[in-house]
Amino acid sequence: MLETAREKILARLRGAGARLAAPDSDFGVMARKTWPAVGRYPRLRRMMEAVKAEFVEATEASWPQAVYEVVRSQGFSTLLYGPGTPAGQLLSDSWPAAEGPRLVPYNRPIEETKRQLFDEIDAGFTTTRGGIAETGGLIVWPSPEEPRLLSLVPPVHLALLYTDTISDTFWQAMRSEGWSAGLPPNALLISGPSKTADIEQTLAYGVHGPKRLIVVAVRRGANT
Amino acid sequence: MSAEGPSPAFRPAAAAALKNPQLRANFRRAMDGLMAKRAAVFADPVEWRDLRALGSAIRARTLARLPELLERLEQSCLRHGIRVRWAETTEEANAIVLEILKAHGATHVVKGKSMVSEEMHLNDFLEEHGIESLESDLGEYIIQLDGETPSHIIMPAIHKNRQQIARLFGQKIREARYTEDVDELTAIARRVLRKKFFEAEAGISGVNFAVAETGTLCLVENEGNGRMSTHVPPVHIALMGIEKVVEKLEDVPPLYSLLTRSATGQTITTYFNMITGPRGQGEKDGPTEVHLVILDNGRSRIFADTELSATLKCIRCGACMNHCPVYTRIGGHAYEAVYPGPIGKILTPQTEGVGRRHDLLEASSLCGACVEVCPVEIPIVELLVRLRREAVQGDRSSAVLQAGQGRHVLEDVTWSLWEATHRYPSLYRLMAFAATRLRRLLPSGLPVLSAWTSVRATPRPASRTLHELVRKAGVPDA
Amino acid sequence: MMQRHHRASYDSEMSPPEPQRPAKPATVYYYGTCLVDLFFPEAGLSGIRLLQREGIRVIFRQGQTCCGQPAFNSGYHDQARAVARAQIDLFPGSEPIVVPSGSCAAMMKRHYPALFEGDPRAEEAEAFAARVFELTQFLSNVLDIQLADRGEKVRVTWHPSCHALREMEIGDEPKRLLAQLANVELVPLSRERECCGFGGTFAVRHPEISAAMVEDKAGDVLSTGAPIVLSGDGGCLLNIGGRLAAMGRPVGARHVAEFLWERTRER
Repeated sequence: MLETAREKILARLRGAGARLAAPDSDFGVMARKTWPAVGRYPRLRRMMEAVKAEFVEATEASWPQAVYEVVRSQGFSTLLYGPGTPAGQLLSDSWPAAEGPRLVPYNRPIEETKRQLFDEIDAGFTTTRGGIAETGGLIVWPSPEEPRLLSLVPPVHLALLYTDTISDTFWQAMRSEGWSAGLPPNALLISGPSKTADIEQTLAYGVHGPKRLIVVAVRRGANT
Repeated sequence: MSAEGPSPAFRPAAAAALKNPQLRANFRRAMDGLMAKRAAVFADPVEWRDLRALGSAIRARTLARLPELLERLEQSCLRHGIRVRWAETTEEANAIVLEILKAHGATHVVKGKSMVSEEMHLNDFLEEHGIESLESDLGEYIIQLDGETPSHIIMPAIHKNRQQIARLFGQKIREARYTEDVDELTAIARRVLRKKFFEAEAGISGVNFAVAETGTLCLVENEGNGRMSTHVPPVHIALMGIEKVVEKLEDVPPLYSLLTRSATGQTITTYFNMITGPRGQGEKDGPTEVHLVILDNGRSRIFADTELSATLKCIRCGACMNHCPVYTRIGGHAYEAVYPGPIGKILTPQTEGVGRRHDLLEASSLCGACVEVCPVEIPIVELLVRLRREAVQGDRSSAVLQAGQGRHVLEDVTWSLWEATHRYPSLYRLMAFAATRLRRLLPSGLPVLSAWTSVRATPRPASRTLHELVRKAGVPDA
Repeated sequence: MMQRHHRASYDSEMSPPEPQRPAKPATVYYYGTCLVDLFFPEAGLSGIRLLQREGIRVIFRQGQTCCGQPAFNSGYHDQARAVARAQIDLFPGSEPIVVPSGSCAAMMKRHYPALFEGDPRAEEAEAFAARVFELTQFLSNVLDIQLADRGEKVRVTWHPSCHALREMEIGDEPKRLLAQLANVELVPLSRERECCGFGGTFAVRHPEISAAMVEDKAGDVLSTGAPIVLSGDGGCLLNIGGRLAAMGRPVGARHVAEFLWERTRER
């Protein structure tokens, strides 16, 4: 039987003779980065605003309205969202039925909706799984209910973030949440609107991903 | 695999680059900026030391377990529906990519940045087979438009200034109005590429980290073109070198942090994209097929040497070239290699031969600026010296490609003479006597010397040696 | 031993002096280096004087020649090892070996162990390496010398050689010594840590790149307005000094040992 490339490569690697022992890995430098719980959201916000993410604050009760307000005041005519999530339900339940911006459900495969997605949608709404205080950043896990392109193709991404879901660091988030036990087909960190410095190392925003990232930050248990 | 074709002309290429004031200015400005940005995010020396030690240990652990981890990666990928293919050579890898594209009748492909694809000369290969392979990363898009290769592994168009880019866009992009405004240039690229993302039948990307534990392909980017290329088209092909595997998911954040900070001075990029399978049950988008191509291309040979295998720790951050005084002055193209800069100087001679690429080994003053900033502690200077030894004193028993083929009879003679005059104090005394007593007779036109004296005064030995002064001063010999 | 090959880290920006700080010795060996021997002998002697003034007995082995670095860096390790063996043979005992050159000190301290790996004399080479000090390191960290300036006001600038900086981890020892001289104003180079382009045979094999580097370094020196650039490495001095001389500017490159001695010795 002919040896495949795989077999030949692995055989060469195994046959390489003496190998250096694997050294110990000291993760102390990762573990010691912590902030007091009340400090995490302000830090995340500061880090993300430094790269042009925008923030709107709301409460548990008011966030669907806040989202509508952003969409209306910014002149977006359509907002794409995932109807199958509890948040999606709340959003559509509270969405004014009258004229004004339309709430569009992303509930069919992209093969059927690609043209509309690329050309007719002004903004996309997703929930988030959490955030990262150290560097700023949202943890977004696309799902059957909230597809991947929601946070990528429309020129604006609106993201719902509960401030008590923010972890100190990426490392701590993945460990405390047990990511290694099972990741979805796609998992993301998103820290701001798309950018590049490829032209004379000058920052330009809105390259291929969304031009704007608007975070709707909700403090649970806060009144008003 | 040694490269075919005429011997690379590094020295003339470097000399030409040195005479180009625009290129030198572009690179100086760019490297200064990148060095400053990096320094700003590694301001805490204790954190730098600890994070770097961790990164180095993680990469060393990967190498210690490489074959097992590659097998585990394959199993994890297969479990979640990612198809895995292996390629020993770039020819094989190209053939695999072509096979996948042909199976889908794909003739329009969008590409995220991948240095492995540069090793494969993939775009040229696909063009030859009637497949358009469009670079979507802005820097790569720019150089592809100009028919060039990347001059830096992170910022491929770093050698161009905005006027050059404006002219290029004005000439090559039909719908584009001439502009030198960075935001407008970016908007033009966004419009052009958006259409291409929409139409593409397949997306090709590299891999920054491939996690064996979970079968996850991690991609680092700022622009969004990577996600566009890997989420929109129905097929995604990911290309990786065998050394890109890491053992566990928890190994990723330290390496990711070292990568972004070392490369561009960012603590996090806009996007970190983790792919653990094709479109899942019930998902509305994402590719229905994801393929991973694992490429060797000479890496297993490097792996076999316990000292040189450190070359494979590289996470492709580019910090070494950002800090290299040689790279800053000649730019990336002068190296005539896929990987320029210090990492290129140790990697390329190992994959193309230390005889053929002896020029690269010699093009370093061994200053060590690269070693100082390498986030995974690759001892680049030590490896350069080791490879120089392989080039001139290696023999067929050496694992290094073309060992011994960098030797030159004139050099051998020179160093034998040097050994004789420095091993025997009496011969040294004779040589030193001649040098000091005849010091004014040293002809500056001597071939070896003329290189020096073209920009510097002729070095004149002193009239007496230190040995003599010391004896005269009564300093004891024992 | 093997594990060493997977790591390298230069910590000159953050690390304190080496923990092993021997008490002031009664006797030291002095290793002049071949470049100092032929091109800067007065500087070599100055280094000896600085040590003797502290009451130390200095021994200079007349049979010494070269540390072997040029051959080593060029890949001619057999030849380098043969010459290195001859040097090691000259220095029995355990007295420190003080070297007025960062690159030569680094060769002996950092590279002799690797050069002799697997060699019957490997242990000797390691023992030898452990005794090596660069001169300014020794003066500052071991002897903690006190300097009184007897010279006129002058501005100087400092070029740290790459090997001194990165392989010997010499941080601000030379500057601390210079700072003790009341009439010396030290103006830093704008790209202090950038290589001057000497690199031994690099200057000869890739002369265009080397020339570009020394031109920039010389330009940097000139912009400080200092008439003197100081360094602890003979190669850098030949290189930068040679360039400045070719430019016809009244700016000189001098060895820091010579400068320290001249400024502080009794007239």
